[in-house]
Amino acid sequence: MRTAFIKQLCESAVQDERIWLLCGDLGYSVLEVFANAFPKRYVNVGVAEQNMTGVAAGLALSGKIVFTYSIANFPVMRCLEQIRNDVCYHLLNVKIVSVGGGMAYGTHGYTHHGVEDLAVMRALPNMNVVAPGDPVETRGAVKALLASSGPAYLRLGKAGEPNVHPTSVNFALGQAIPVRAGSEVTLFTTGGVLKMGMDAAVQLEAIDISAGLISMPSIAPIDRETVLRAARETGFLVSIEEHGPGGLGTAIAEILAEEEIVVRFIPIRLRHEIIKIAGSQEFLRTALGVSQQSIVEAVIKGLSLQGRSRKPQSS
Amino acid sequence: MSEILDSAKIKSFASILRIHAIQMVAAAKASHLGSCLSIADLLANLYGGFLRIDPKVPRWKERDFLFLSKGHAAAILYAALAEKGFFSINELQQYCKEGARLTGHVTAGVPGVELSTGSLGHALPVACGVALASKREERKNRAVVILSDGELDEGSNWEAILFAAHHRLDNLIAIVDYNKIQSFGSVEQVLRLEPLADKWRSFGWSVEEIDGHDHGQIAKVLGSLPFSAGMPSVIIAHTVKGKGVSFMEGKLAWHYKSPTAEQVEAALHELGGIA
Repeated sequence: MRTAFIKQLCESAVQDERIWLLCGDLGYSVLEVFANAFPKRYVNVGVAEQNMTGVAAGLALSGKIVFTYSIANFPVMRCLEQIRNDVCYHLLNVKIVSVGGGMAYGTHGYTHHGVEDLAVMRALPNMNVVAPGDPVETRGAVKALLASSGPAYLRLGKAGEPNVHPTSVNFALGQAIPVRAGSEVTLFTTGGVLKMGMDAAVQLEAIDISAGLISMPSIAPIDRETVLRAARETGFLVSIEEHGPGGLGTAIAEILAEEEIVVRFIPIRLRHEIIKIAGSQEFLRTALGVSQQSIVEAVIKGLSLQGRSRKPQSS
Repeated sequence: MSEILDSAKIKSFASILRIHAIQMVAAAKASHLGSCLSIADLLANLYGGFLRIDPKVPRWKERDFLFLSKGHAAAILYAALAEKGFFSINELQQYCKEGARLTGHVTAGVPGVELSTGSLGHALPVACGVALASKREERKNRAVVILSDGELDEGSNWEAILFAAHHRLDNLIAIVDYNKIQSFGSVEQVLRLEPLADKWRSFGWSVEEIDGHDHGQIAKVLGSLPFSAGMPSVIIAHTVKGKGVSFMEGKLAWHYKSPTAEQVEAALHELGGIA
């Protein structure tokens, strides 16, 4: 995803001279291509995220579109008040990019996990919160963020994520992207667990469960209509995210509560706890309950509670 | 362009600003009057001629940017902006009133305000961004930041101080309102800054120290900016909290207190009149 991001940013920066990129001394083997092509619009500000965000605000006050780039929590939480007061308060054109969202830096430990970022960013007024599901969505997201003035947060994975969408998608901020139709349950994913959701839907199909899949790269604003339509059509929603409380699951629950819609809803997400073990992203996802298996089990359990029993999953 | 005042007019402009601030804070039963009064002479010189601004076109692209990082001194900044014609002087009566746009800490949206401030340690990084854009595009904008001494406790300022020197931002000017009193005690007792000038120098800034109430010194130091080509400039302005009203001078309590009607009368008497 980070490769798709920098490619798209470089392409857009050729056309639009307002685009700047700031990094907090991270981005080795990723950002060099931008730095070399646009040296006057690139700054490594050093290990100083508060200043990075303030400088970005100042550049934006001067008419620039500024991307700040670092990993996991560093461009988000270390400088949260700069984002709130300097960027959001003034509706400035600053796009915060975090690579390694979720537990992409698995073995690095909890300091390097971005698992509360969506909740924190979603709470800020004027902030567009976007977590693309694959490299195709990432390119669409960068273009959409450039076309829309104002603050944004872009949560990326690392490198090597597979494309789930075969070709380019019609990406618009605040809009869901339907991936697969299904009549018994609707799976919603945000971020890099899109592939996991796809694999779960395929596995469910093999046991005659028709699961729809909708990618929700935009968390704020969120596509309320699509959530409500899925609730009406399948009556059973599952949200999937590599994140704790406050993210996609919470956003969907808020919509359902506000609209007084009563449907079965199971959020698949990280528990509200500190992650104290090392492991690959895959290992940690499974250990912490965000896995293809946990999605399939949740769907089977949910359907049986609705009196729609299913044959046990073949293994 | 903004009118350039002569030295006598700048002095009386400072008194007018002080009088506005006292009346505004008293009417709103607000606070931070001491912090307003300590920057009155600096603001009078900046808005009296130094800043290249156009009240008719607040967003003029070639303007200088003034950031009041110590956003709690909002009343006197609003007074300066209103006096310069960015908005009506009558509106100053709305300061901190229900539903008014003149909030107790500096708020963008008020014409002439570049950045909302109030949480400390925010404006110097933003000013670095403005100065960097101007430098790289070979424009003439300057960025001026008024900092309190207490807010130099914030690490974000020192990140920006490193950055500005590294990027040779000689169009960036920091002014420290060094009144030696912070929110809950003296700077010396709470968190020592001395040797302050040496700290800035060692970070790569060009430093001048002045009496922040001596109009001759203020005008001279502003006239010699930038102090060194290729280096950001800092003016360490030695000031007195509450300056201009004898019973407020040097008193921590006037960070919080709002003057009574009698105190307003006494203060205005000392300052020589009604605004």
